[in-house]
Amino acid sequence: MKDKPILRYTANERSNHWAVAILFFMAALSGLALFHPALFWLSHLFGGGPWTRILHPFMGVLMFVLFLGLVIRFWRANILTANDRLWLRRVDRVMRNEEQGVPPVGKYNAGQKLLFWTLLLCMLVLLLSGVVIWRAYFSQYFGIGGIRLATLLHALAAFVLVLSIIVHIYAGIWIKGSVGAMVHGWVSRAWAKKHHGLWYREVTGEDRSDSHIGKKG
Amino acid sequence: MASQDIIARSATTTLPPSVRQQEEVAKLIDTSKCIGCKACQVACSEWNELRDEVGHSLGTYDNPQDLSAETWTLMRFTEHENTVGNLEWLIRKDGCMHCADPGCLKACPSPGAIIQHANGIVDFNQDHCIGCGYCITGCPFNIPRISQKDHKAYKCTLCSDRVAVGLEPACVKTCPTGAIVFGSKADMKEHAAERIVDLKSRGFEQAGLYDPDGVGGTHVMYVLHHADQPQLYAGLPNQPVISPLVGLWKGMSKPLALLAMGAAVLAGFFHYVRIGPQRIEDDEHPAGKDPSVREVDPAVHVFDPSNPGAQGEDRP
Repeated sequence: MKDKPILRYTANERSNHWAVAILFFMAALSGLALFHPALFWLSHLFGGGPWTRILHPFMGVLMFVLFLGLVIRFWRANILTANDRLWLRRVDRVMRNEEQGVPPVGKYNAGQKLLFWTLLLCMLVLLLSGVVIWRAYFSQYFGIGGIRLATLLHALAAFVLVLSIIVHIYAGIWIKGSVGAMVHGWVSRAWAKKHHGLWYREVTGEDRSDSHIGKKG
Repeated sequence: MASQDIIARSATTTLPPSVRQQEEVAKLIDTSKCIGCKACQVACSEWNELRDEVGHSLGTYDNPQDLSAETWTLMRFTEHENTVGNLEWLIRKDGCMHCADPGCLKACPSPGAIIQHANGIVDFNQDHCIGCGYCITGCPFNIPRISQKDHKAYKCTLCSDRVAVGLEPACVKTCPTGAIVFGSKADMKEHAAERIVDLKSRGFEQAGLYDPDGVGGTHVMYVLHHADQPQLYAGLPNQPVISPLVGLWKGMSKPLALLAMGAAVLAGFFHYVRIGPQRIEDDEHPAGKDPSVREVDPAVHVFDPSNPGAQGEDRP
């Protein structure tokens, strides 16, 4: 029974995640089309420039609403703890695939938690600034100074969001087994023990007397 | 106009074909000669086949109240009480200034929707316009307007179609007092200088030319009796520049952000190549062993096989 996998994400959680992911890609690609001339060709994916301009804000709003679903599901597990500070101090070891001295983590490690809060902040800034620069419906209620500031903040938040998602995607490629967690929901017990030791103990009720720290070099 | 006459093109990072030399043109509007007859508004409307909605009088001569997608030029009337207590009726023909450094063109994300001709005219190509309104965000003079009919941006073209065939703009042609003149920018500056000498001799000490450096000079210039206070003329900006916020947004941040995103992807790739993925190592991986052989993991002290999923779903 030792190799029985553990369910990490339910079908609803997975669907919610991928709905946000799809909308992120659509909003990001259409936004990048308007951000840099070298990427304007991306507007053809959405039916041309005017359609890109029309669709982008709706995709963004929908992404935000669905992201709130993820926030409600996962915010508790993303509260930073004292343990996370140590993890962050040793993030260089994590990056080198070393495990010695890296504290065992719960459902999410400190990097994942920071990503979660960064995404939330970016999405909030994107939503609020996006409303201000939404010419068709809302810009007439704002002054030109506010519109200019919102435009810059929108680009900045989008930039941070895209960078964060690049890190997020790479982490999924790097840590074998984590994509499966979000695709079919299950992780192996070894995966859970190795990457989320405290969470593994929590969900299995196993009392692991040997600490993960220093188990191997 | 031939494509060789375009010296700047929106959302285009290489030079457009621009080897032909053309003289810069300019329209000079002498506010001291303007009588506010609005013939220029009518001529603009006629030449460009524009018919704005008939609005309402709100107690001023400004009609319509503001520029729109169908009103590309507008007389703005200001009642100004000068230092000796006399009323001065300052009338300014508002419209696109045709900046040498156009904020609209800088902000526009659609390739070729805004172009700048070698003669200085900044023109919108509505066929390429996507209706995002970034030109409004970029403009230091609050000129472009998005049509509610087709969601395209419009503004004064300086009658680029007329100028291309050697005619003056329609407003210039019709002005009954000669307050609007058109020619090469050099000639217009010379003409303005004569006008300013005349105005100064008649008591307007601060008379001067409005050709603001902050936007590289403009191809629509004003002779103002109070050139030290351009804001008197219905809020003509004193030192117009492309907003630093717009400069940052459409300046260095564009290539740097793109570079950073590319670098992040490359960093991930090379991390994978150099450090490699994190796999579950064989000694940690129980799979592959004979499931019929029950092994006792010394790390596991309590596990109830009859109720394995009891806490599997219990998480925040």
